[in-house]
Amino acid sequence: MNRPNPITRKLAVSFAMLVFVGIALMFVASEYTAYQVTTALAYGIAILGLNILTGYNGQFSIGHSAFFAAGAYVSAILITFAGWHPYATLPIAAAVTFSMGFLFGFPALRLEGLYLALATFALAVATPQILKVDALEHWTGGVQGLFFDKPDPIFAGLSVDHSLYLVTWLVFVVLMVGAWMLLHSRSGRAIMAIRDNPIAASTMGINLALYKTTTFGISAMLAGVGGAFFALANSFVSPDTFNFFIAVYLLVGSVVGGIVSIPGALLGGLFYVFGQEYAEEFSNLSEMIPPPWVTFGVLLILMMYFAPFGIWGAIERGWARLKR
Amino acid sequence: MSIKRFLLATGIAALTFNPALADTTGITDTSIKIGNTNPYSGPASAYSAIGKTITAYMKMLNRQGGINGRTIEFISLDDGYSPPRTVQQARKLVEQEKVAFLFQTLGTPTNSAIHKYMNQKKTPHLFVATGASKWGQPKKFPWTMGFQPTYDVEGEIYAKFVLENVKDPKIAILFQNDDYGKDYRDGFLRGLGDKKDLVISMLPYEVTDPTVDSQILAMKDSGANVFFNITIPKFAAQAIRKSCEIGWKPLHLLNNVSSSVGSVLKPAGLDCSKEIITAQYQRDPTDPQWKDTAGYKEWSAFMDAELPDADRSDINYAYGYNASKLLHHTLQNCKDMTRKGIMGCAANIQGLQLPMVLPGITVNTSATDFYPIQAEQLSKFDGQKWVLFGNIIDASK
Amino acid sequence: MDLFLQLTLAGLAIGSVYACVALAVVMIYQATDHFNFAQGEMAMFSTFVAWALYQVTGSIWLSFLIAVALSFIAGIIIERVIVKPVENAPIFNQIIVFIGLLMIFNNLAGWFWEHTTKTLPSLFPKHGIDSTLISTHNLGVILFTLLILGVTFCFFKFTKVGLAMRAAAANPDSARLVGVSVGWMLALGWGLASAIGAVGGVLVAPIVFLEPNMMSGVLLYGFAGALLGGVNSPGGAVAGGLMVGVLENWARQYVPGGSELGLTFALILIVGVLMFKPAGLFGRVIIKRV
Repeated sequence: MNRPNPITRKLAVSFAMLVFVGIALMFVASEYTAYQVTTALAYGIAILGLNILTGYNGQFSIGHSAFFAAGAYVSAILITFAGWHPYATLPIAAAVTFSMGFLFGFPALRLEGLYLALATFALAVATPQILKVDALEHWTGGVQGLFFDKPDPIFAGLSVDHSLYLVTWLVFVVLMVGAWMLLHSRSGRAIMAIRDNPIAASTMGINLALYKTTTFGISAMLAGVGGAFFALANSFVSPDTFNFFIAVYLLVGSVVGGIVSIPGALLGGLFYVFGQEYAEEFSNLSEMIPPPWVTFGVLLILMMYFAPFGIWGAIERGWARLKR
Repeated sequence: MSIKRFLLATGIAALTFNPALADTTGITDTSIKIGNTNPYSGPASAYSAIGKTITAYMKMLNRQGGINGRTIEFISLDDGYSPPRTVQQARKLVEQEKVAFLFQTLGTPTNSAIHKYMNQKKTPHLFVATGASKWGQPKKFPWTMGFQPTYDVEGEIYAKFVLENVKDPKIAILFQNDDYGKDYRDGFLRGLGDKKDLVISMLPYEVTDPTVDSQILAMKDSGANVFFNITIPKFAAQAIRKSCEIGWKPLHLLNNVSSSVGSVLKPAGLDCSKEIITAQYQRDPTDPQWKDTAGYKEWSAFMDAELPDADRSDINYAYGYNASKLLHHTLQNCKDMTRKGIMGCAANIQGLQLPMVLPGITVNTSATDFYPIQAEQLSKFDGQKWVLFGNIIDASK
Repeated sequence: MDLFLQLTLAGLAIGSVYACVALAVVMIYQATDHFNFAQGEMAMFSTFVAWALYQVTGSIWLSFLIAVALSFIAGIIIERVIVKPVENAPIFNQIIVFIGLLMIFNNLAGWFWEHTTKTLPSLFPKHGIDSTLISTHNLGVILFTLLILGVTFCFFKFTKVGLAMRAAAANPDSARLVGVSVGWMLALGWGLASAIGAVGGVLVAPIVFLEPNMMSGVLLYGFAGALLGGVNSPGGAVAGGLMVGVLENWARQYVPGGSELGLTFALILIVGVLMFKPAGLFGRVIIKRV
């Protein structure tokens, strides 16, 4: 009998477990919680893209809100003007943002570190302005944005929120597995080699330009898919939603979850949504406690002291210590 | 018993026992739960004074025994003026906290994001703190009601004023590039009718811009003699000061949003603010002519007792007080304390004079009129205070 | 022509504020190799402190000087207490700490002093020059920024401490060997940056008015200025800041569609420049050994 190799088995087990947890959660979560988790997952998908780009490929971006916005708008426009089924818009959103990221990857080749950060940052700052431009108003809805309905439940008896949650969860799990397979393939090793030592990588025959631009494309695509789900969960898009801060939050989620990890993306998304929520509840306990964002800021700094490799890093290290 | 009466009786019974028709979520005999979102952080946090005032007012009411024996549980959450965050907070309030209704949720983009949701949930979305015109559509959105005069109507008032009083007007418009700015602008353009080409310069700015200096310079250069200033307080003050510095003295029309003497005209310089015209519906707290009116005294006593450290020159404290008073009035006179009943009571107010609203401007609503305050009066700044002139202009007539 | 001149001068005035922030950013970058995202909010907080002092003392110059001194001390304390634990952590961790600081300062200011717009009087006399081309304050801001640049330059060039700071940043190990306390030099860098930020804040407050979000827009432009000029050149940072201010004003007025997309155009231009001069206009290319 053919024994599956241990890595594939580990992957299959994690996959099954994640799907199981996702479905199990659905039975206990209220509609509101389902909605919250959907939002967290939408961020999580985008964070996954950022992890691949920054954590694994070493390219720095504080402009992923632009791709997040692009994905959201592509979905919204197809739903509103072409009457597409919301889920059918996802592949298009992915394709469009992949191309955007791939193209943006070319100028990015010439820039490194801080300068790349500035270029992506320029993209993030420009996004709301571009979405508001009068010439595009017919399609983007201008300053008001676009409003549409949430997708109908995928099967009867399910609430709209639970259904969307389930779809988002499954897509997320598939994307995580995809990312895992990519990073454990030959191409994945090339991607990481470029991060660790670009010169050595190119002497080994790795086509730097191709790998870097493609990685940028994949990363942008994930951000775009995340953005599309974000739009579906909120059932609207508007330009000022996708400001520079979304890019910052994605980065925060990425580092806090664990930037060089795949499950970290999920944790980062959850941290962002629920960390904020708990910070708010904590701050509302008494008038003597400073406002939520102060609490959240303190929490961020403490995380960096006590979990320098992110939540997933801390879990991995804790697990390794237990096994010893 | 005749068949007719029997049918009627069972009909009534069915009505009272049908939970969908008597939705009393958040309301008991001793309490009522009310939700609110406000920008306590983020770019619009200057408006958080409104949320603070309402919270203080509700606290005061509870000390006095609540409304008709019901204590008020007022939950006000921060949305940072970010629409998706508003959606999240509104859902939290409606689905988790199970509030009876939302009151005075602040901002145009933020309320737009929950407009449909609130109506799907059949939860009152009362007296929203924004002047967009879309809040008064009882047919399409029977659960949402506005509060203040709408931006576009105010824009129209200015346009008519210009057409009637300025010889050979050449108009420059500076507007915030969002729903609020465009509402004002479009109202103004509509008011101009077929004379839209009088507008010779129309420039936007973003809330994230540091200054509007370059726009003011360009407008002066365009040769305009009328300036319609559609900006929020910080930028309004910048625009007034800059135009003063460069010696541009057009007829300056300032949107009501930024008519506060304390937080706009004083920072910009009272001398520079002379001759500015605005349309008002509230009593400016810094204006000495109201000092001895009953309404002002009532507000002032409230501020002394509940918010002693607040900066009273900020008109948002008066705004929050007016809104709280309106809600207080609505609930106090409401017999049918269900979600639907409260909506009905909100849509049945006649001739209510709020303490910090201009004398003669009253709240009027009906089943077809979801715009509570609709009248404004033009006024000119004399270097110290706003001087009202002309008649009260009522958009509903 | 008048318009062009006015736009340019207004651009220079707001640009000099960007320059101040850029200078502070560069100071910390030189000392620590990292961009401090919280720089703007720290400056805003210092400005609020100056405002609070002004309410008590009634003298703007006195309040200004005390606030700058306090900011200097606070900068040192922040480095020693908050930033030091992540000194050797990966760059992202440091960025997150900076973002945390940004959130804390921004919201604490609102909590302490409310969110209403406040006025901080100008450091300069009201009726110094009588011109519609430029106000006294704006002129004062430009000159003051140049003065600070001069002082910073002399400090680094001619003082022992300045030399030690440069040494600590350029080659920490060797600096340690010759007896420079590298840790304290870092802290000093933070202190100076925080003090320069405070100056920038007090200069910008009379133009944009004081409120907790006063610096968020300014910071974006300050960063762009620093990168345009070159992150390792204080003079470049000032030039970069000034150029960003002027460029944006020009783009708004003279580029078709610029009124809506002024910032976007300015940023595209900067990124374009960086593609050809990757180290910024006045920066040195750092050659890394691999």
